[in-house]
Amino acid sequence: MDAFLEPLAFQFFQRALIASVLAGVVCAVVGSYVVLKGLAFIGDAIAHAAFPGVVVAFMVGAPYAIGGGIAAFLTAVSIGWISRRARIRLDTAIGVVFAGTFALGILLYSSIQGFVGDLFGFLVGNVLAISAGDLVGLIVLGSGVLIVVLLLWKELLYSTFDPLGAAASGLPVPALEYLFLGLVAVTIVVSLQAVGIILVVAMLVTPAATAQQLTVRFTRLLWLAMAIGAATAVAGLYLSYWFDVASGATIVLVQTIVFLAALLLSARQRLSGRARVAA
Amino acid sequence: MTKKVATEVATGLATEHERRPAHTRAHSDVWLSGVTAGYGERPAIEHIDLAVEAGSLLAVVGPNGAGKSTLLKVMAGLLPAWSGRVEVLGSAPGREARRVAYVPQAETVDWAFPVTVGDVVMMGRYPALGPFRRPGVADRRHVEEALEKVGMADHRQTQIGRLSGGQRRRVFLARALAADPALYLLDEPVTGIDATTQEELMDILDAESRRGRTVVATTHDLAAAAQRFHRVAAINKRVIADGPASMILDPDVLSRTYGGHLLVLGGQAVLLDDAHHHDEGATGEVHYHEEARRG
Repeated sequence: MDAFLEPLAFQFFQRALIASVLAGVVCAVVGSYVVLKGLAFIGDAIAHAAFPGVVVAFMVGAPYAIGGGIAAFLTAVSIGWISRRARIRLDTAIGVVFAGTFALGILLYSSIQGFVGDLFGFLVGNVLAISAGDLVGLIVLGSGVLIVVLLLWKELLYSTFDPLGAAASGLPVPALEYLFLGLVAVTIVVSLQAVGIILVVAMLVTPAATAQQLTVRFTRLLWLAMAIGAATAVAGLYLSYWFDVASGATIVLVQTIVFLAALLLSARQRLSGRARVAA
Repeated sequence: MTKKVATEVATGLATEHERRPAHTRAHSDVWLSGVTAGYGERPAIEHIDLAVEAGSLLAVVGPNGAGKSTLLKVMAGLLPAWSGRVEVLGSAPGREARRVAYVPQAETVDWAFPVTVGDVVMMGRYPALGPFRRPGVADRRHVEEALEKVGMADHRQTQIGRLSGGQRRRVFLARALAADPALYLLDEPVTGIDATTQEELMDILDAESRRGRTVVATTHDLAAAAQRFHRVAAINKRVIADGPASMILDPDVLSRTYGGHLLVLGGQAVLLDDAHHHDEGATGEVHYHEEARRG
């Protein structure tokens, strides 16, 4: 029991726990739509694109969340724009933009590397170093995302499932698409310190993909993904504390293990179901 | 031959809808004049003139790539017309969207999506419900009624991927019914399903038209088009023929619509295309129909 209570005595651990659970829950909710829309690769690209924004924000002394958020959203919109204008497939457009923006971030980072060691924390996550002020900002942004999804979950669901049917019946599908890309950008900003740019895509897709193995109802999938996101954040953070390893990577690995377990479970159920049918 | 069919219709089989002239704008729920539209730089439909009278059942027939789905998307406001004029329910397409129910082709739906039959039908209520509001008692009643009508009430909790081809079409028609629209735009609603389901779905559409609702459906099934719809528009990029439903059995209309894909053998038209267009539930890929079945 002490092993659980002991780290809670530290303020930095309390803040890290809140930030990780928040990131886990918000990522799971937005990630449920990302997975169903088939946008995992775009999520990864948006996350990497946040890096130059974070570096520029640091250079001019602005809050990193604003720089990262703007860069992420602009990238999301430009991917859509390029794939419509240029004669290339969407995944090609993503590949081009994703690598280009990330290279820009690294270039800017290397030009000021001498005095900004903590920018590296945005690449791999450094949740234990989160400040009280940053945490308040993350809670505001994260709640904002959750409230928007709470209000518009069914419109987002319809336009994800059947964009043509939804648009024909009067839902503003293009506006919902842009709103959703904005939600992805904010979600990534909320998760940057918890798991870092490189791993944030796992937070987005893994809990939702896990829940998808376990249920065939969307609302249940949402709740399940949120529970998995929160529980794996807590477990991952404790494990990283006890074994003194990187927190973001530990959270993601716990999620990966839970996903594999769910995969095996559902595969076994399907097999036994088939055996019953055959018998 | 054309004349013979036309006479037959005028004397015995013509309904009220069949006798009215085709291109009057005033009583039309859908009215197109000189419409060209498509994707990229290539037009899929050209110079389409068409009027769909309120309360009528119109079948849009034509070979693969004839622009049937494109035409439906223009009516639904999903695709802009490059030129020409379109009016749907008295306004620009898309303006009266909440009074329109559009059902896409089965092939475009992600059947692995984690939604149940009840969830899909409830989506028909979302637009009227508006954002921020949860479905209420009235919405649930509409969903129940729609499920009852299409005979899927027992499958409310079933994930849509576990349904047969016919059941899938029933569910999407139920979604349209739940929206209680003035205009149904249905892309291949009876393609690749068993004859019983086809009859039942057509009965439902027929009942909707009797309630004054307008139905526009694309179909590959010429027999269904001829027997169950009021009017038929045969298109192949352009309108080849537009008239009473039995017109589609005219060999001249058939050969001009389907070109090389169709054999006309002594009063029997054999349609030789789109085997790949049917669901797994399809039984026969070759459709034939005897011209004089109704005579």
